Parts: sequence; C-alpha cells; structure tokens
Amino acid sequence: MSRPSDRVLAFTLFAAALFAATFVDAGIRRDAHEPALQRTERLVEDLRLSDLVLFTEARYTRHLSQADLHSAFQDHPVALEHFPSGSLLPPPALLLDRHEPLDREAAPSD
Amino acid sequence: MNRWIEKQRHLIDFTASSLARRKGKSLGLLVVYTLLVFVLASVSLYTHALRNEATRVLAGTPEVVLQRLIAGRHDLIPPGYIEKIGRVRGVQKIEGRLWGYYYDSVLKANYTFMVPSDRRIAEGEIVVGPALERSRGLAEGNGISFRAYSGELHTFIVSEVLAHESELVNADLVLMSEADFRRFFAYPDGHYTDIALWVANPQEVRNVGLKLINALPDSRPILREEVLRTYASIFDWREGMMLALLSAAILAFGIFAWEKAAGLSAEEKREIGILKAIGWETGDVIAMKFWEGFLVSLLAFLLGYVAAYVHVFHFEFALFAPVLQGWAVLYPSFALTPKIDGLQVATLFVFSVLPYTAATLVPIWRAATTDPDTVMRS
Amino acid sequence: MLELANIRKAFNQGQHNEYWALKGIDLEIPPARVNVLKGPSGSGKTTLLTILGCLARPTEGRVRLKGEDISGLPERFLTEIRRSTFGFIFQQFNLVRGLSAIENIILPGYPTGTPRARLVERAEALLADMQLSHRRDAKVEWLSGGEQQRVAICRALINDPEILVADEPTANLDSKLSAEFLAILRRLAEAGRTVILTSHDPLVVESEVVDRVYSLRDGQLIEVVDTRRAWP
Repeated sequence: MSRPSDRVLAFTLFAAALFAATFVDAGIRRDAHEPALQRTERLVEDLRLSDLVLFTEARYTRHLSQADLHSAFQDHPVALEHFPSGSLLPPPALLLDRHEPLDREAAPSD
Repeated sequence: MNRWIEKQRHLIDFTASSLARRKGKSLGLLVVYTLLVFVLASVSLYTHALRNEATRVLAGTPEVVLQRLIAGRHDLIPPGYIEKIGRVRGVQKIEGRLWGYYYDSVLKANYTFMVPSDRRIAEGEIVVGPALERSRGLAEGNGISFRAYSGELHTFIVSEVLAHESELVNADLVLMSEADFRRFFAYPDGHYTDIALWVANPQEVRNVGLKLINALPDSRPILREEVLRTYASIFDWREGMMLALLSAAILAFGIFAWEKAAGLSAEEKREIGILKAIGWETGDVIAMKFWEGFLVSLLAFLLGYVAAYVHVFHFEFALFAPVLQGWAVLYPSFALTPKIDGLQVATLFVFSVLPYTAATLVPIWRAATTDPDTVMRS
Repeated sequence: MLELANIRKAFNQGQHNEYWALKGIDLEIPPARVNVLKGPSGSGKTTLLTILGCLARPTEGRVRLKGEDISGLPERFLTEIRRSTFGFIFQQFNLVRGLSAIENIILPGYPTGTPRARLVERAEALLADMQLSHRRDAKVEWLSGGEQQRVAICRALINDPEILVADEPTANLDSKLSAEFLAILRRLAEAGRTVILTSHDPLVVESEVVDRVYSLRDGQLIEVVDTRRAWP
C-alpha cells in the first residue's frame, strides 16, 4: 500500500526542487543577460538617455525624471491622475521634495 | 527521534487522507491559494527585477540634466546659456541635448525624437527603436513620413533599427540628424531642449547643482541620483492600484480560507472526538491539523512562486504587463534579468504560509481540548 | 485489575442544574472476565464506563489500575494509559468515514509512533482473525453493520490493550450478529483480556459468555451477580 504521506511529501519535495531550480535558472539567465545589459548601459551613456520606455502614453510619464512641475493632469505631484500609471508610481522624489516647502509656505496660517 | 518522525508521518498520513476525502474542496482551495501567491509573487518579482535593471542601466545617465523653466513650464535653452555654465567650477563636460515628442496619429502613440551625440546620421535618414519596427512595420531601407507641426510631411529612410535587447530604454526612439530635427520641429537655431553635464568629482555633484541654481535662477538641475531615486521607487506597489485591487482579492481569499480553515464542520468535530477517544492527545490532534495547514500553504507557495517566476522571466510578465504599464501604446518587449531578493521571497513565504497555518490551528484548539468522553455522551 | 473506591461524579457542579450521575460506587473488575454494567437509561452506567476507561475523571473517589491510583494523574499520562491499556468500542462504532477499514484500524497506533509496516501487519492479522481480510481496503461506510462492528473491534485491539471497553455494543446489531459479537468477546476474555461493557439488552445480560453483571440504578450499584462459573 503506497503511503499517503509518501505521496504528499514526494510532491512537496518535487515542488521544492522546482523552487530551487528557479534560483539556478535565475543565475544562468543573469549570466546570459550580462553582455546585453552592458550594451544597454553603453547605449544609455552614448545617447545620454535618462528614462525607461515604460509609459509612452504621455510626455510626463515617458520621461518621469524630467517631468514638469505643472504638466497637464499633473497640477500637483500627488494629484489624482488621469493615467493609471500615475497610481502605480509616486511622482519623482525631487518634485515632492520641492513641493513640500512650497505647500507649507502656501498653507494659510491659523 | 525515529519515533517522533514516524509519528509525524502518521499524522501526515491522516491529514493527507482527510484532504483526499474532500478532494474538490481541497483542490479548489489549493488552486485559489496558488493563484493568489502567483499574482503576488509575479508583481513582486517583476517590480524588483525592473527596479534593479533600471538602477543598473540608468547608472550611465548624465550626472546632471539642466532644464530651464519659465513660469513653471519647461522651456528651451537659449543661446549663450551653455557658455554661462562653462564658468561654473567643477563642471567637466557640457552638452546641449536636442529631443522632443512626436505624436503619431496613425498609432495614437508618442515617439521620442532625438539627436544623438555619439553618431552622425545622414540627413533624410533615421534610426528607429524596436517598438516602431514592430508597430509600424519598419525595417532597414523603408521610408516613413511624419507630419510636422507646420503641416508638411517629411519623409525619412530608416537606416538602422536599434537593438532589441535594449528595448527597455530605446523602444520608442527616433534618432535623426540635428539639421533634420531643427527643420522638422522648426526648432530655433542655437536653442537646445536641455543640457547634460558631467562633473569631475562625483562628490561635488550636489554642490554643482546648487551653484547652477545660483548662477541661473531659472534653471532646474536634475541629478543622476534623483533619476535613480525616481526609478527606485517606481512600481512601489504597496501604494499602487495593483495592490488596491489585489487587496480585495486577498480579503476575499482571507474570508474563504478562514471559512474553510476555521469553520470546523460537524463531521470534523466528530472525527476529532473519535481521535481523542481512541487515545490521541490534544497535541497530536493539533500537530495533525498543523501539518494540514502547513502543507497546503507550503505547496501553494512553492507552486505559485515557481509559476510566477516562469511568468515573469520566461513569458515577459505577459499577463500583467498591460496593467502595470498603464495605457502605454508602445509596449516595450523586454526580458528582465532575474534579480531575486531573498528577503522578498522570505517575506512572501512568511505571509503566505503563516496566516493560513495559524487559521487552521486556532479553531482546532478548542475542539482538540474537548473531553475524550464526549463521543460516548452524544 | 480495576478498582473503584467511593466514586462520585457530578455534572454542572456548582450550578443550579447540578446533577450527580454517580453517587458513591465501589467495585472491583476482575481480570480476564466479561463484565456487564446493566441498568435503565439514566442509571449512570455509561458515566461509570467512561470513568473505568479513563475517558473521564471522577469528581470524588479513587480509580486504581493494577493497584496504582490513576485518578490524580495529569491528562497526558492518562491519555498514555488509555492508549496502551484500553481499547474502545462505541455504540455508533465511531469509525472515521472516508478511510478504508485498515486505515481506521491503525489510527490508535499513530500517536505511539509505531512504524506503519508493523501497524499494518498487526491490523491484517486482526482482520484475518475476524474473517474480514477481503474488506481490508473498503471504505468503512460501504461496510455492513456487522462488518463495521468487527472493524471497530480490530481498532480497539490494535495497541494490544489488556482491557476492552464497549458501550452498548449490540444496540445496532440484530440477534445473530449480537451472538457472534458475544462469541468474539468470549474468545478475547479467554485469551486473557478483561472486557467491560454496558448494556440493557437481555440477550447480552443473560448470555452465558458473561461472567459478572453489575446492576445500577440512580447512580448506585444495587447488585453484583456472578453468572457463569465459580470464581477460582
């Protein structure tokens, strides 16, 4: 009679082996990607690029780090946004840094 | 020790056969649980790898990018500006950048037009990013027309397509010669979009930034450090919509799991009564239930994580990329380098295994401490 | 074998519905005999059985097993004693549904950490003894009443207990099966096991396999009769 616990443990071990295999695979892929990554780094340097092509829907999402203080739909760095990407990432830290003192100054004193 | 192991195996035997008895329910639970771990792990693996890749790749970005602001809006760098900066101490190299956006009404997508400083492109020719190759069907030697803001059509010949391996940074680029760029956008001579500068001493970058603001009060310097910080916080999904949506799912699962794990059926209570009566200790019953919760959640974690890994790194995060990438029209297609944060995986493990195991144990505590003679008295 | 001294058992003690199920019982269970606790429902026979089988503790009084006082032992030790010394057969058989006959039988062996192979071997021997080998892997809910009863007996015997405790074991059996069951008890007693059962079934109480009958009424022992043979 094959034992239930043997079956369960064998399956768990199998799953654990797959889990371990992902780390091996990750190592292999990391090495394989390395040359391409280096070429990308060089391209960024050569073309003086500053941002990732993740959100092409609007100019202030395309070049996140270069965003204006007052783009359309982005009147304030923490304003609710027109594009969903805005809810996935906070506004650039430098905008926030700069806005905080402004906000404080602008707040009516009571 | 051997006895202890043998005993635990017995308990697992019992747990396995009680799960097998409720096959549909147990399997359903495992599937839903695995799916949940899959989603969480997918998002977390993806964002971690992407943030890592961003930090790595963007390390080569100019140390300072200087914008000029007029009335809070980004404005062109006028002639003479660059010379003024040249006098700021510590600046090693200065370069005017020429770039801008072009809205392609055919695809309803924005491209980034740019004049490269590292290569000469013949007039009338362009170098395009892989996303354009894909979405506009462009290849080397093809011609494409863009309508300038003045209304006239400009036709360019594609001389090269940028490498696919760098899609994360070059997908939507259209590189052209300076003359073409100025003609196309009617960009005034001597003006630039912004200025890239490099600082001799890396520790001086902040100081140089301050000096720039002092010298040119209408300027806004963006330091590399700030660029990297922007991308380090990208997909900070704890604040993101994904999580907001997901939290509903987590909650639903929580209720489901609680119901399943915590609500002991009459049948289960009867079983525990029997086990107690035939000589199982309270501890044995609890250990048996512990194995049930632990094994189910461990399996869900392992399977969900493995599926998520394959999804993110072998299938380019295909299921969720559109969600995370918002309304982008030109989806870059990139295989991320698997960069895995052990702590993150450990956190995921703890959060997927611990609560469920606990949820199975809590109700059993009371049931397991019932007097062994209850079976006789019913 | 088992001695009870002035056993009293209360339910809901200290509350308005306090109820004394047993009101001072002294008795002695001899080894290797079939003993029957008899009485109308509410007479306290099942409560007495749970105390004899270490399933419950008396409110007052002492339980001595082979001369040793066990009524004051903590739960853990009591469970240990129950597991090694007692085998239980319940009125509803109380088999775990969905498990096969053999899996049910080896359940009491789990906490002891006995290797599965040994448990299975022992269970198979017991099944063979009960002429049930062919039903070994059948789910218990597919078994007939008599077969379930015999599986329950096998389960009670898996840890090789000295004392077998059965609560109204014939309540769900017809006359023929009851007779078979009693024959099995006889065999067990002759093999040196002590059997204690409760019953108000005349078929059991008047059966010739029974050695001693304890009559209970209103929580008190009113009569003890040695029915079968002279005591050595």
